[in-house]
Amino acid sequence: MSCRSYASYYHYYLRPVAMLSELGPDSRSHDGCVFFSHRKIELYEMGWNLKEGLRNCQIAAAPYGGPIALLKEPQRSSPSARPQLEIYTSSGSPMASFMWKSGVVKQLGWTISDDLLCVQEDGTVLVYDLFGSFKRHFSMGNELVQSHVLEAKIFHSPYGTGIAVLSGAYRFILATNIEDIKLRRLPEVPGLQGVPSCWTVLSQDRQTKVLLATGADLYILDNTACTPVSPSGFSPQATNIIQVAGSFSYKYLALFTDSGHVWMGSANLKEKLCEVDTKMRTPPTQMAWCWRPKSQQPSVVIMWEKYLLVVGPCKDTIQYNLDNESVLVPELDSVRIISGTHHELLQEVPVVSEEIFKIASMAPGALLLEAHKEYEKESQKADEYLREIKEQDGLGEAVKQCVEAAGYEHEPETQKMLLRAASFGKCFLSNFRPEQFVSTCRDLRVLNAVRDYTVGIPLTLQQYKQMTVQVLIDRLVYRKLYPLAIEICRYLKIPEYQGVSRVLKHWACCKVQQKEEADEVIARMVSLKLGETAGISYSDIAARAYECGRTELAIKLLEFEPRSGEQVPLLLKMKRSQLALSKAIESGDTDLVYTVVTYLKNEMNRGDFFMTLRNQPIALSLYRQFCKHQEQDTLKDLYNQDDDHQELGNFYVRASYQEGRLDTRMSCLQNAMDEYNKAKNEFNAKATEEEMRLLRFQRRLEEEKGERMVGCSLQDTLHCLLIVGLHKQAEQLYKDFRVPDKRYWWLKLNALAEKEDWEEMEKFSKTKKSPIGYLPFVDVCIKHHNKYEARKYVSKVTPEQKVKAHIAVGDLEGAAEVAIERRNEGEISLVLSHCTATTDRTIVDRLNRTRATAGKK
Amino acid sequence: MAHSSRKDAPDLPDFSLLKRIARDQLIYLLEQLPGKKDLFIEADLMSPLDRIANVTTLKEHEVDKLYKVDHKPIYSTSDQLCFLIRPRIQTVKWIADIVNADKAAGKLRSYKIIFSPQKFYACEAVLEEQGIYGDVSTDEWAFHLLPLDDDIISLELPEFFRDNFLGGDQRWVTTAGSALHLLHSVYGPFSKAYGIGRCAKMVYESWREQGKEGEKKTPQSEIGTVFLVDRDVDFVTPLCSQVVYEGLVDDIFRIKCGSVEFTPDVTSSEKSVKVMLNSQDKVFGEIRNEHFSNVFGLLSQKARNLQTAYDRRRGMDIKQMKTFVSEELKGLKQEHHLLSLHIGASESMMKRKTKQDFQELLKTEHSLLEGFEIRECISYIEEHINRQVSMIESLRLLCLLSLTENGLLPKDYRSLKAQYLQSYGTEHLLTFANLRQLGLLVEQQAGETLTVMESKVGKLVNDKTVGKLTDAFSSLAKKSNFRALSKRLALVPKTMEEYDLRTPRDMAYIFSGAYIPLSCKLIEQVLEREGWTGLEEVTRLLNGNEFVGSAGGGSETGRTTDSQRIILVMFLGGCSYSEISALRFLGKEKGYKFIVVTTAIINAARLLEAMLDNYG
Repeated sequence: MSCRSYASYYHYYLRPVAMLSELGPDSRSHDGCVFFSHRKIELYEMGWNLKEGLRNCQIAAAPYGGPIALLKEPQRSSPSARPQLEIYTSSGSPMASFMWKSGVVKQLGWTISDDLLCVQEDGTVLVYDLFGSFKRHFSMGNELVQSHVLEAKIFHSPYGTGIAVLSGAYRFILATNIEDIKLRRLPEVPGLQGVPSCWTVLSQDRQTKVLLATGADLYILDNTACTPVSPSGFSPQATNIIQVAGSFSYKYLALFTDSGHVWMGSANLKEKLCEVDTKMRTPPTQMAWCWRPKSQQPSVVIMWEKYLLVVGPCKDTIQYNLDNESVLVPELDSVRIISGTHHELLQEVPVVSEEIFKIASMAPGALLLEAHKEYEKESQKADEYLREIKEQDGLGEAVKQCVEAAGYEHEPETQKMLLRAASFGKCFLSNFRPEQFVSTCRDLRVLNAVRDYTVGIPLTLQQYKQMTVQVLIDRLVYRKLYPLAIEICRYLKIPEYQGVSRVLKHWACCKVQQKEEADEVIARMVSLKLGETAGISYSDIAARAYECGRTELAIKLLEFEPRSGEQVPLLLKMKRSQLALSKAIESGDTDLVYTVVTYLKNEMNRGDFFMTLRNQPIALSLYRQFCKHQEQDTLKDLYNQDDDHQELGNFYVRASYQEGRLDTRMSCLQNAMDEYNKAKNEFNAKATEEEMRLLRFQRRLEEEKGERMVGCSLQDTLHCLLIVGLHKQAEQLYKDFRVPDKRYWWLKLNALAEKEDWEEMEKFSKTKKSPIGYLPFVDVCIKHHNKYEARKYVSKVTPEQKVKAHIAVGDLEGAAEVAIERRNEGEISLVLSHCTATTDRTIVDRLNRTRATAGKK
Repeated sequence: MAHSSRKDAPDLPDFSLLKRIARDQLIYLLEQLPGKKDLFIEADLMSPLDRIANVTTLKEHEVDKLYKVDHKPIYSTSDQLCFLIRPRIQTVKWIADIVNADKAAGKLRSYKIIFSPQKFYACEAVLEEQGIYGDVSTDEWAFHLLPLDDDIISLELPEFFRDNFLGGDQRWVTTAGSALHLLHSVYGPFSKAYGIGRCAKMVYESWREQGKEGEKKTPQSEIGTVFLVDRDVDFVTPLCSQVVYEGLVDDIFRIKCGSVEFTPDVTSSEKSVKVMLNSQDKVFGEIRNEHFSNVFGLLSQKARNLQTAYDRRRGMDIKQMKTFVSEELKGLKQEHHLLSLHIGASESMMKRKTKQDFQELLKTEHSLLEGFEIRECISYIEEHINRQVSMIESLRLLCLLSLTENGLLPKDYRSLKAQYLQSYGTEHLLTFANLRQLGLLVEQQAGETLTVMESKVGKLVNDKTVGKLTDAFSSLAKKSNFRALSKRLALVPKTMEEYDLRTPRDMAYIFSGAYIPLSCKLIEQVLEREGWTGLEEVTRLLNGNEFVGSAGGGSETGRTTDSQRIILVMFLGGCSYSEISALRFLGKEKGYKFIVVTTAIINAARLLEAMLDNYG
């Protein structure tokens, strides 16, 4: 097989690893640990022009190919000289640069959303965006003003970006999430008298901890305690631990000792992966994990001034020489190396890439690549290669390998080469699922676009997948790369809400801040570009305009907002309260209306406020509801203003029932009556008047007879009177209040029955002809289990009800008699239904006979 | 049921998912306050909460003690208090008092208020006024929907009715909109939306508004059509006496949150028994939709079947007996227990309902519905009031009279009202004012007065509000137009024919064949016509506000799929069990499946109690 010229694209370090037998007894062997290989890819030649390289400056580069911040110390050491803060993209294009005028910066770092954090000596943290505009500041604790920050570290965890500082009093202070600052002062480390030789922050078991080393001792500091720990299988010859590095996901930990040994193991220190002697006694400048998730070969990159070492469990090391001073930026799946002139990526060679590009590889992918190359040369060898793959039945695998390998490549040419090979191979397969190929092509296009020198976001495919396309678009938006962001959204067919609309909104928010353009021009431009795009919130944009002091522009923009509810909060903020109220009502969201009403109430004088409400019935009714619970008097005022006498009357009636004292109650009712009169509601006026009369009557009764009935209804009062036997008073009430006869008869009848005053009842029945008939007399007696009394009234019952009356007193014979006499079919059936065949034999027979004869007629 | 039903009726979606969503959210909220805490629960949230998460679940999330909100001082020693309440000003005030009392006593605690289903600005304003806004953290538990049964989902918001229709307070509209949005996003997309009523329209708009945001994924649609209806479109139906088993149980024993407490006279033991009434209960499932006269027959049939099942034990060998005991016996016993309960309940109802006066009451109701012998009805009502039979019942009859007759003659109105006040006290002036405002009980008056007033007011305000104001006024003087509607929609079947309640032929069976519920008839008509075409006159009589909307499912054209025959009916302001029974019947006839979503289950008593002035 021919030699592959393209192998030279790679800085390959392919060497067989020591045989397994050579591994020490304590080192863990890994299946498949056959090759130990890393590659270094040049990402960019840096566009910046740093005269002194990275010397004399602090540098911080954000993970996921984020921006780089440099704080250059002044060249002259005069007291007036100030450091210079510069921000660059990963390719070294300048984004911002300004003179640092604040305090002494101890640490620079980036948040997960690409904001720059500058931790000052006095504990203040200044936040800048990636264009160097100041956003906000906060403090890591007042004690730091005195004791100062000795060291600080910025870290990322599932909770966001955090900061850990070491104070002059050798105490650690932690904030896990700078968006929601909660400072935690970690417990004291016993006997700590100086700066620890090294420390790092770990995020484990949903807790953030600090691991620190003083000399040979290791401690873990968590919220509650400081626990001494010792790594499992740590060589005794190690004396001082001078470097520590946690992996990107905090799963692993590496310790470097002054004897030149590196201990690698799990972050809880309980499992050891390996321990390697680097034979280097000088303390390294930086150490970082370089490890691809799911890969079997964890390794650590250690950097000295001119020298880089990759150390792994296979004990062998790889060395690189460095031309310039550099920094390591740990990433999810690799380490980036930034120097004054170059930006490189160091990563473990992916297994597929290795299989394809390895010299003399017979892997299906390698053969397919070869086949395609021959095919392009129009050589028949192509066929031979293809046959060979097919003989191994590996064509599908070959295609997959090529596609996967393409994903790992940074050079578009190599990507294309591999993808073309894959595509070529696909032609000979039926039923090959195209998804992987298509998505890889798509992802690579996006990646190539953002990796471009002008954009400068050197993401790997794995990082891109981890960060998701939404986040990538956010990052582009932060960088104001709107057209590219929109291109990507459209290309990936991201739903408008999450894609184009969001980008456009950010664009518009940025646009309204351009002070040099006139309000009309901006408003027109914004509406032209945004139009009816789904999911655009004009109110957000207007809010931004208002924040920049452009009220007029904000109002213009609000007019484009189709959802009136969204306009309200901003209108209120801009003191357009009347407009806000009508918009709130239009929105149909009562809660919103209420918000505006409360606002207006505090803002306006009472008269104007009521007037405004009067024009908005919905707001008014809402406010009334509120007043009913909270401010009764306001409610009255409201009705008063509207001359709503009816409601005022109701108001007073309500008030009278909530009132305990009789006098006040009466005056309330008096008021109610007056209002009802004004409202020309005679009925209600009369009713309240009667109520007053009744109350007066009840009071008198209470005074004279000691019967408590104040507040009872007329009915209850009458009932009470009859029960206690005050018949005269009852009679008087009955006349005064023109109680209908029927009601009075019912009432008296029931009361007498309740008292079981049968004598009085009989007397009563004879006073005059009963307006309710006499059946109720029968019923009521039966109800009180007095058949004897009941019988007395049966004869008086009208013929129509007589059958019922007889049945009620249990006189079936009598009932039958009447029914037969009246020859009423219904009544006969009724009686029959009460008869039992055995005991009432004769009655049944007679009834049936009558029915039969009646039927004949 | 004895009558035939179409066999191709589609399956209902699984609504237990809603419970799970609510539970997960509640747990999340409880975890936001880590550590042991005491939980205070609003009284009317207790039963719904019980359906979502039991005490064990709450304890698992470090709830120490549970209290009912009773607006009295509290005796809790916990240093973390959590309040699970409805967004009501009084309750928030009560909490403010607790916090302020603690402050005065120098007690340090953390407080968290969880508003369900949402918080209102007014509540936060109270916190602010009382100076404790910063001391209390607030959250929302978006627990909108409680599935009471396979086909009933309740918002459990009885105050919706009074607040919205009487108070003119539309804040619950968004809540209903959110509920619909939730259903739409879980079981949708719906392909069609119909509705009638002002509130229905607003809820529809609120839902569409909420639907605009968020993702547009299209899962398999499980519900085809939604129908929104305002309670004030049909007041007659809920005011009629219920005679179908489930409705009767509700009228007599009051079903609360899908469960009922049977008193000792039903259980024939010393204890009351709480029973869940839903389709899990096989016995109940068979009789719930039956006319009461039918229930005893079915129950005794059931008892005979049960006996036969028991009897099979005889002549079994050991092995068969073993399987019988392990598999069937428990089910049979359970059934036995339920059967005896329902028989007890029917007996107890029988006692009350076969009495002479109940028959007369029904007769009066039927006369009112038919518009027959109105004078006799009025004197019956008068006697009812005079004899003080029942405060609520009298009011119910008065309202039915007014609704069916398009208001009372001034003379009758005044005399009946005066009698009522004499019976139950002058404070009912306010009740009458409320009933008048809602159009439930009105005095007939000359048509002009209103228009004069309207135009007078109209001049005072700008154009935009005129519409709103007219709306408000029209609701004020809303005419029920029942008679005309009844004629047009043939709601009252001809009296000539005998109605066989065992094999009902239409929805009228739920009222002994005397009346087809207007609300359900409207739904039937609109579904049949796929819109309001041809119903113009009806909607005019109902004060309009009908609408048809594509519900955002949009592109789906497969009209024949099963989900198209699943129809979600949302009652704004509540619905009665009789209406649900009627819809179940309609579904069986036409091969639909109805899902009823209601702001609360109501009956005549609940509806009218909400009109009393001391209500809230």
